[in-house]
Amino acid sequence: MSYSATIREAHRQLLDELEEKGLYKEERYILGPQKADIEVEYPAGAAPAEVINFCANNYLGLSSHPAVIEAAHEGLRSHGYGMSSVRFICGTQDIHRTLEHKLTEFLGTEDTILFPSCMDANAGVFEAVLGPEDVMIADRLVHASIIDGMRLCSAMRDTYKHSDMKHLEQKLEEHQDKRVRLIITDGVFSMDGDLAKMDEIVALAKKYDAMVFSDESHSSGFIGKTGRGVHEHCGVMGEIDIITTTLGKGLGGASGGCVSGRKEIVELCRQKARPYLFSNTVAPVIVSGAIKVLDLISTNTERRDKLEWNTNYWREGLTRLGFDLKPGESPIVPVMLYNAKLAQDVARELYHEGIYVVGFFFPVVPQAAARIRTQLSADHDQEHLDKGLAAFAKIGEKYEILGLGKQEIIERYGK
Amino acid sequence: MDEQKQVILDYVINEYLEEDDDQEIDLDTELISGGIVDSFSMVSLKRFLEKKYAIQIPDADATPEAFDSVNKISALVDRFKNA
Repeated sequence: MSYSATIREAHRQLLDELEEKGLYKEERYILGPQKADIEVEYPAGAAPAEVINFCANNYLGLSSHPAVIEAAHEGLRSHGYGMSSVRFICGTQDIHRTLEHKLTEFLGTEDTILFPSCMDANAGVFEAVLGPEDVMIADRLVHASIIDGMRLCSAMRDTYKHSDMKHLEQKLEEHQDKRVRLIITDGVFSMDGDLAKMDEIVALAKKYDAMVFSDESHSSGFIGKTGRGVHEHCGVMGEIDIITTTLGKGLGGASGGCVSGRKEIVELCRQKARPYLFSNTVAPVIVSGAIKVLDLISTNTERRDKLEWNTNYWREGLTRLGFDLKPGESPIVPVMLYNAKLAQDVARELYHEGIYVVGFFFPVVPQAAARIRTQLSADHDQEHLDKGLAAFAKIGEKYEILGLGKQEIIERYGK
Repeated sequence: MDEQKQVILDYVINEYLEEDDDQEIDLDTELISGGIVDSFSMVSLKRFLEKKYAIQIPDADATPEAFDSVNKISALVDRFKNA
């Protein structure tokens, strides 16, 4: 079937509707590597502007670290550009094995398998491990990639209210007739920035004979005293049966992901997970860079500690100014604005003040829960944070939202 | 209110509203399109209805539209009770 004028027009109308509702997303063009200070062309064709980035997942500031870049170059020289193969045919190099071993040690598990992304890891793991006699019980705010992965799996699906341990317990009791009960959570929730109550989840898992899955993408490298993740932070290292995480955020920021956990579960992924079987292997350049990242952070918590300091300073600063923040302790600090257009307008004005943030709105977050999700990096110095706070203060005053809570902002700007 | 609708309303409130939620739900409140129940969490509602009323709701009929209010859900239950 060709792309007819009728279908093209229908698609055009859908896009126009998004724009009218203030839900249209625009790309900005970054003219160089990712770091705290970046040069951006926005809109397309505009003169480049120097801005401070407060919306990258570059938590440890390693996305453009010279040692990581050099290691990636060395990987290109020693192991080539691409493998032109999936892993199990002829796409596995010695460096893939090295990286999997290093991830296993870092995360405190029994084994690890790489995937082209954590999106792929989440898409593949449930289907590979569970069947129709099993049940997946997921926190209602898990990442979209987990929801997609759950949809691909033949096990029964259920959900519990976000971080509500009583509701989770009720679900675990309800599903005692299933073969396997798998509790599914993010470690750090990507839109709200709060941490899963991993110790309570593990306790419930033991009480009700359930397994635990955690996506640690927004925690690997910097949550916990030595940055191992939420399981370290909550004192339950070694108790999580399946961990997925990404190499595309704190751990270098390029791409790649993994499933890490019980030996047999990882092996099942190696034998059956569709993204592993049918998608190209992680490129040698990425693997080499990621190995260097793990070497840099495995015995040195300097970056992780600086990130923690930055997070506290930023959160205290925004709170003092009177912004409505989601409570939490991760370097994801959502500034709640509730109205999608308000979030976009504030983000645009902050950009003109030299602060690069993006408004988040439906369907990325629930309706009437729009926000600007600020994210801290170890690449931020106090000077960056102070400039950011000054800009937020100026724009917050302009829009008269300082000191206002949810109801007041919604009254003023609507849902 | 008829008993069936009350049972469904009570389930929706307990299953989908947070403790500190000030949202008020009546028989015509838009549940899915209003963002109170997401389509992914709808599965537990379908299972509850099937168990409670000893019915089978085919997946093709368990649509977001059919589940979008307590009244609509009750009508769906009646349809399959009488099938």
